[in-house]
Amino acid sequence: MGVAPIIDRCHALLEDLDLACVSEWKAAGEGRRAVGFLPVYIPRELIHAAGALPVGILGAGEELEIVRGDACFQSYICHLPRSVVELGLRGKLDALDGVLFPSTCDVIRNLSGIWKMMFPDKEAIYFDVPQNLDPKVGGVFYRDMLAEIVTRLQRLVGRDVSEDDLRGSIAAYNTSRRLVRELYDLRAAEPWRVPTSETYLLLRAGMRLPVEEHNEMLTHYLAEVRDEDRALRDNARIVVTGTFCEQPSLSLVRTLEHAGCYVVDDDLMLVTRWYGPDIPTEGDPLEAIAGAWIDADDETPCRYVADGKRKGQQLVDSVQRCGAEGVIFAAPSFCDPALLDRPMLQAVLDEEGIAYTSFKYSENTAQLQPIREQAGTFADTIKLWSDA
Amino acid sequence: MKSTVIKEPSMVQQKEMISDHFQKLSEAPERGQKVVYTFVPGNLTELMLGFGTLPVHPEINALQSGMRKLSGDYIGAAERVGHSEDVCTYVKCDIGMLLDGNVGPTGKKLPDPDLLLLSYTGCFTFMKWFELLRERYDCPVAMLHVPYQADGEATEEMIAYVTKQLETEVIPKLEEVTGVAYDRERVREHLERSRIAEDDLVAVLEAAKHRPSPIDAYFGGVYYIGPMFTAFRGTEAAGAYYRQLRSEVDARVAAGQGPITPEGLLDEERFRIVVEGPPNWTHFREFWKMFYDEGAVVVASTYTKVGGVYDRGFRHDPDRPLETLAEYCLGCYTNLNLPTRVDMIADYVRDYAADGFLINSIKSCNSFSAGQLVMLRQIEDATGIPGGFIETDLVDPRYFSASNVKNRLESYFQMLQQRGSGLEAESA
Repeated sequence: MGVAPIIDRCHALLEDLDLACVSEWKAAGEGRRAVGFLPVYIPRELIHAAGALPVGILGAGEELEIVRGDACFQSYICHLPRSVVELGLRGKLDALDGVLFPSTCDVIRNLSGIWKMMFPDKEAIYFDVPQNLDPKVGGVFYRDMLAEIVTRLQRLVGRDVSEDDLRGSIAAYNTSRRLVRELYDLRAAEPWRVPTSETYLLLRAGMRLPVEEHNEMLTHYLAEVRDEDRALRDNARIVVTGTFCEQPSLSLVRTLEHAGCYVVDDDLMLVTRWYGPDIPTEGDPLEAIAGAWIDADDETPCRYVADGKRKGQQLVDSVQRCGAEGVIFAAPSFCDPALLDRPMLQAVLDEEGIAYTSFKYSENTAQLQPIREQAGTFADTIKLWSDA
Repeated sequence: MKSTVIKEPSMVQQKEMISDHFQKLSEAPERGQKVVYTFVPGNLTELMLGFGTLPVHPEINALQSGMRKLSGDYIGAAERVGHSEDVCTYVKCDIGMLLDGNVGPTGKKLPDPDLLLLSYTGCFTFMKWFELLRERYDCPVAMLHVPYQADGEATEEMIAYVTKQLETEVIPKLEEVTGVAYDRERVREHLERSRIAEDDLVAVLEAAKHRPSPIDAYFGGVYYIGPMFTAFRGTEAAGAYYRQLRSEVDARVAAGQGPITPEGLLDEERFRIVVEGPPNWTHFREFWKMFYDEGAVVVASTYTKVGGVYDRGFRHDPDRPLETLAEYCLGCYTNLNLPTRVDMIADYVRDYAADGFLINSIKSCNSFSAGQLVMLRQIEDATGIPGGFIETDLVDPRYFSASNVKNRLESYFQMLQQRGSGLEAESA
């Protein structure tokens, strides 16, 4: 059967800007609710435990002309909030009963207020993850906030959420995270077999599908892709970083591949693979979720790195673990977290002698030829002159 | 308009305070006095004073560089070493100044920090800013995460979280750096002085409800908030300054006088305006002149609330030192959600009998700017008054287009006049 039908399904889900798939899911059961969330991180377990469908809101990509959304933001604001507002005003997010806005940056933070004013009938929850990682300080605050969110979700769905509901959801997402890590490991080992355009589509599908269905999809893909007969090319092995919030278009991802890059690691949709080990399914589930955030080594520009000596180390580790030959800094235009972080990360790469290049994009970037030329030149440079 | 510049005693007083502060900073390493770099929003001045430290505010350095026409070169220097043209120019100005030797406004090098006190209040960029500075200084960082008032209130959990961080993160690091133990009574005394000075500051700001307004609450306002928002809150000098300022403003009210501008007393108040957003610093005088040449007086502004929203009732409570500092941090303007900000500006328009409101949208500052176009429409709906919108930057001279800003302002004031606002319309 191969992976083609799976990827075709993912592609259809990517293009489903009206969230018809979400409406269908809601219609299939009495009183079902769907709750959206923005990047970078929220614990989807809470929404799932409330019996609702977590739905990633990742903008409109290259598929929608932004008119009314542009009227809400100055030219120097990134593109994601424009398309989110555009989708909302065009009724394309009507299937959602509420939205969670994580504390990713000032723009997403303020978007939560815009949402409150423009769509007062929909629940808007700000998700302020702690930057203090002391379990007795930030951990306590975080657990309190999780409990408050559960209370609000209970009101939204009209039923109680039990500890067992939460434990069951943690287990489902532990499985999801394991499968995504397996997918990423396989891509790092055999990038010609697992193109990033497919990895990306698979993760995007997870932003629309119930986790159980997405887990089946991932399992199926992982089984099928190993039998795919795909040619090994002399591409450069690249880590892409900076793409954690506003997502690049599928065309941009394919452009990197066509330019001779095997992407062996990236920071796309981090919500799918946060944390190292599984979150415990024993004990207090909210404390377990809070503890997983506190204990995680995961580094993104949205999270304070208390130990300055660790800054950038995760990127270096990623390069080394995946056998990458270079790094592409791909930051959305006007993305404060990515662009303010970049000089610090580049300094660490300089110290390690790791090659890099950088460019900016928007989710709807249409002129891809300059990016193809830049990425192609970078890949050629690595292949021609690197020590590897 | 009178041509002579009037220097009132409070102006001289503030200048001396600042000069004395920078002198102390330049001598701090010799004296062994510890220096703490921190930010204006959510500043913990009384706590820092309680440990005998001297604060340095990088964003104040940046705005001073802007006013001294140095920021363009500093920003260029930062961009040449890899900082993006898209990000906050305060950060790049500070990095450029550092690369150029970190020379302060007095011409003397600013001391390196002994502690970076990262009060992460109302601005994501602050976090990155101090991560960047941390790479250049060999000193500890105390991180204080202040949660956002997303639902329009500071909850008990938020206050407890910030208080706990003061106890477990900020105070231990201040103790470690200074070798001084936390002295609750000493901090309480500073907070008591703050509370009294805050009363005086609010009286000054609210004097703008008079017609004519005796103050300009934006261009003049940035001077009035100076001591309160920086190194002086909780000091005797700040208390004396605000007493003096209040008496001067009271005298202007009694005399029926308008605000003092760089060209003297404003004789005729034609338009009463509320302004949202920080000012531009590279062309501050030119920007201000665009207002007072048209007889436009800013009667209330949100920028003068970034270091504390005192006119909405908050006062530091000396009897609850850490809790009150937590509440203060949580209540700073850019830590308030957009609906609260809209309500506040609409209230200002009504309470100060404003003819119009203007948003100065700052390219560098997403914390302020993201959402301002939506706020504009909401405020218009709430007040029935049309708003104006201009775009400038904090300290990047490339983003101040004088002719464009002037055209927009003149058009806006003309529109207000035609729709029946302002003094001449009333006379007619």
